Amino acid sequence: MKLYIKYDGIVACRVILQEQLERLEVKHQLLDLGEIEISDEVSEETFSELQDSLNKYGISILNNQKSQLIQRIKDAIVEMVYEKDKLPTTTISHYLSEKLNFSYGYIANIFSEYTFTSIENFIIIQKIERAKKLIVEEELTLTEISYKLNYSSVAHLSSQFKKVTGLTPSMFKRIIDKRRLLVNQVE
Amino acid sequence: MITHKDPIQIFLADDDEDDRNFFTEAITELKMESKVTTFKDGKDLMDYLENPDSKLPHILFLDLNMPCKTGFDCLKEIRANNRFKDISIAIYSTSSSEKDIEETFVGGANIYIKKPNDFSKLKKVIKDVVNINWQFHSSGLNKETFFFSI
Repeated sequence: MKLYIKYDGIVACRVILQEQLERLEVKHQLLDLGEIEISDEVSEETFSELQDSLNKYGISILNNQKSQLIQRIKDAIVEMVYEKDKLPTTTISHYLSEKLNFSYGYIANIFSEYTFTSIENFIIIQKIERAKKLIVEEELTLTEISYKLNYSSVAHLSSQFKKVTGLTPSMFKRIIDKRRLLVNQVE
Repeated sequence: MITHKDPIQIFLADDDEDDRNFFTEAITELKMESKVTTFKDGKDLMDYLENPDSKLPHILFLDLNMPCKTGFDCLKEIRANNRFKDISIAIYSTSSSEKDIEETFVGGANIYIKKPNDFSKLKKVIKDVVNINWQFHSSGLNKETFFFSI
């Protein structure tokens, strides 16, 4: 016996999505054009379970591949700024494209498209973030910090610090000290 | 990491109606995925926030000089309450004295904005502030040492 069927792919898809999201108790709203609005925070496990179960139906979550790549770019930058004792002396574009196996142009484009900032700017933010941490720890002088983070001079570090935070490193330090004093008074 | 296309929730408390309108207009023109809620003074804002069911903003812009409850009063109350710890607070003031800037940062503010007096500058300032705030929100940067003065 042969049956002839007619089906509506879009309706089928929506039903599958609805069923799987409900099964995993993810609060959501199906939008048009292949978009789903998730209203709550979703745990990593639930998310990967959702991905797996949708994959069986030939449905994949598109955005995730890009956000994964962005996360890898961020991780590589953070590793570069934090874990190496000194920043690499080769160019950053070379370092990133080698590490991630994509051309730098591709990496840079996708990064700025999704993060509201450029790779160059993100690296500066991360370097200043590390500088803040080192200043708060009080173990190194500003001269040592600027050497560690590959700045040509304290003046260069200070001016980039000011550009990112609007404050000078010494004003930053003063605010941190005063906050600590306040906390100690309360305790 | 999961990114949602949630609009950025922005609150503004300012007793000057013109300033509130400029602010809302600037954000509309920036075409950001955002929702702005305005409050006419500090008391109005705190009454709203103190309701345990209230939806909290990602970022709150606070005018310093307001009647009844000043921005600084609001800042202190908000920072004393753990429920509000994830809110970034941007002080929005006509003053640019280093003393005011330092005091509000010590009091728990993250951002200090000297109110710009022209509309295109205002747009740029809001854009810069929302962008840097997004970096702290999305990249695991330390909020305890998040200061941005513009």
